[in-house]
Amino acid sequence: MKIDVMNLVHNYSTYKVLKDVSFSVDSGEVVSLLGPNGCGKSTTIKIISSLFKPVSGKIKIDGRSIDEIDPVDRAKLIGYVPQYFTYSSYTTVLETVLIGRTPYMSWSVSDEDLAAVDYALRSMNIRDLAERQINELSGGQRQRVFIARAIAQKPVFYLFDEPTSSLDLRYQIDTLTTMRDIIRRDNSGMIVALHDLNLALRYTDKVVLISNGEVYDAGRPADVLTPKAIFEVYGVKAEIIENDKGRFVLAYE
Amino acid sequence: MAEETSINTAYAKMHGQKIAVIAVTIVLLILAMIFAAASGSVYIPPSDIISVLLNSVIPGISDNAVNENTAMILFNLRLPRIFLAALAGVCLALAGAVMQALLRNPLVSPFTLGLSSAASFGAAFMIVLGPIVLGSLYKSTAYLFGYTLSMNSVLMIFSAFVFGWMSVSIIYLLSHSRSASQSIIILSGVVIGYIFQAGLLAMQYISSDESLRDIIIWLMGGMWGASWQAVIILFPITLACFIIMEMRSWKLNTLSAGDDVAKNLGINVARFRIQGLLIVSFGASACLAFTGVIGFVGLMAPHICRMIIGNDNRYLIPCAAAAGALILVVSDTLARIVLAPIELPVGIIMYLIGGVFFIYLIVKGRGAGLE
Repeated sequence: MKIDVMNLVHNYSTYKVLKDVSFSVDSGEVVSLLGPNGCGKSTTIKIISSLFKPVSGKIKIDGRSIDEIDPVDRAKLIGYVPQYFTYSSYTTVLETVLIGRTPYMSWSVSDEDLAAVDYALRSMNIRDLAERQINELSGGQRQRVFIARAIAQKPVFYLFDEPTSSLDLRYQIDTLTTMRDIIRRDNSGMIVALHDLNLALRYTDKVVLISNGEVYDAGRPADVLTPKAIFEVYGVKAEIIENDKGRFVLAYE
Repeated sequence: MAEETSINTAYAKMHGQKIAVIAVTIVLLILAMIFAAASGSVYIPPSDIISVLLNSVIPGISDNAVNENTAMILFNLRLPRIFLAALAGVCLALAGAVMQALLRNPLVSPFTLGLSSAASFGAAFMIVLGPIVLGSLYKSTAYLFGYTLSMNSVLMIFSAFVFGWMSVSIIYLLSHSRSASQSIIILSGVVIGYIFQAGLLAMQYISSDESLRDIIIWLMGGMWGASWQAVIILFPITLACFIIMEMRSWKLNTLSAGDDVAKNLGINVARFRIQGLLIVSFGASACLAFTGVIGFVGLMAPHICRMIIGNDNRYLIPCAAAAGALILVVSDTLARIVLAPIELPVGIIMYLIGGVFFIYLIVKGRGAGLE
């Protein structure tokens, strides 16, 4: 399957966030959206997740406009993982992840729903926490629960709005590695807004570099993230270092 | 390493425990209702209560001869009152539980959203201005279901209901264009509450001594207005509100993940939120119109149940409904018998018992997740 993001334009009152954003994502791909704060990454992710409509432009899934898809069917195609999480206490991990099954159920829980929850918990390595209360967990564990909720939703495309920004280094790497494995295994796709250029270099197949509401460049991470591009988009000088572990960005000024 | 329980077993265990909690609450409610029917100035043994009930369904089925006077007290005085208390408890607790889930705010109840103030204003409005504006119509009587009703109480109940429900409709209109975010709804509710409070104060200020007394009795709340007519009107409303919300309970759970995630999961959040508020407010306004202001249950019954049964609304809603009814039936009965023959306002007992029980739950550590 394929998502086409076509000429998105969006304003917040008079502020033009998106001037013209287009790119596409195929299933099996992990794509990172990069760019400085306020460049429109989050807005793009939210528009693709149908949280609101753009001023103009279209999102198509396999050629079909997303507005024409019934919200419940759309929920089976696109799973959104926000930057900040909301949850209710007095709820177990199992119950929290089960919420991801909303498009598939109305009151009673089927074996298929439970199997999807089991798969999601195992994918995130938190199967042993299933019966724990959500408010007893550490921040990192909780974050995994919310990502598991999106996995239980079984979408074709995952949209992550910087969900790793508040995690420590190990959890960030864990989460991206796990998600990349899931994307490969299920042939799903992922769009993730990131701040850390090194994570983008290492864990994503393609980057879309956004600057002032427009796509500055898109393509393979190593091709797009050059010292020139980093300087023009972020306004910092950077060096690309290559060793036997891969390529790294070292920003210094 | 211990063998891992399968997810199905874990879920079935959780489900079983929650059903058991609901069952226990319902059994306690039934026991409380029997206790309430038995107690009062005349003690009626439970065996007699059962005979009277059975005979009213199928005449002559029980051969336990019950004094006619006893049957009269039970049937005309105690039962309507018990049922009114139970129905009001269900409606208010249901409204509280649903409002708290819809707005993801633990402090929300029919009170915080201005519904009680608006209903109070509605009652006071009719008590003070009814006789002046409607003249002889206000003092007349009407016939309904073969019963004679005094027009002034019918009008007062109607006015309280209309204003109560209107307050939530105004919130709907205010938040309509602003995509119905929780903070706008809650703030609108609080502000609308103040506006009706102003109206209520004005009514009290200009009222005659006699009307003022009526207003204050209404504001204290209680089951004084119990009658079979009230029960017959409230029962279908309560049942309908309960069934509709129980059918929507999973979507209420989905809302706990936040508006954005709920939208992504296929829910029209703005519409779902406002529909839910209008449905439960309808039931709560209808009950408050008959009972006057009854606080606490709407806020606390859901919280107490949440600590015991958890936050899954599929179980929380029936549990809170039963617990709300239990709290009100017990409180009303104690209010009748503690200082008999003097009858206390139900609020005095309920705020005391409920408050102490809630503090006990917090101290015992079950309140750890309340934040």
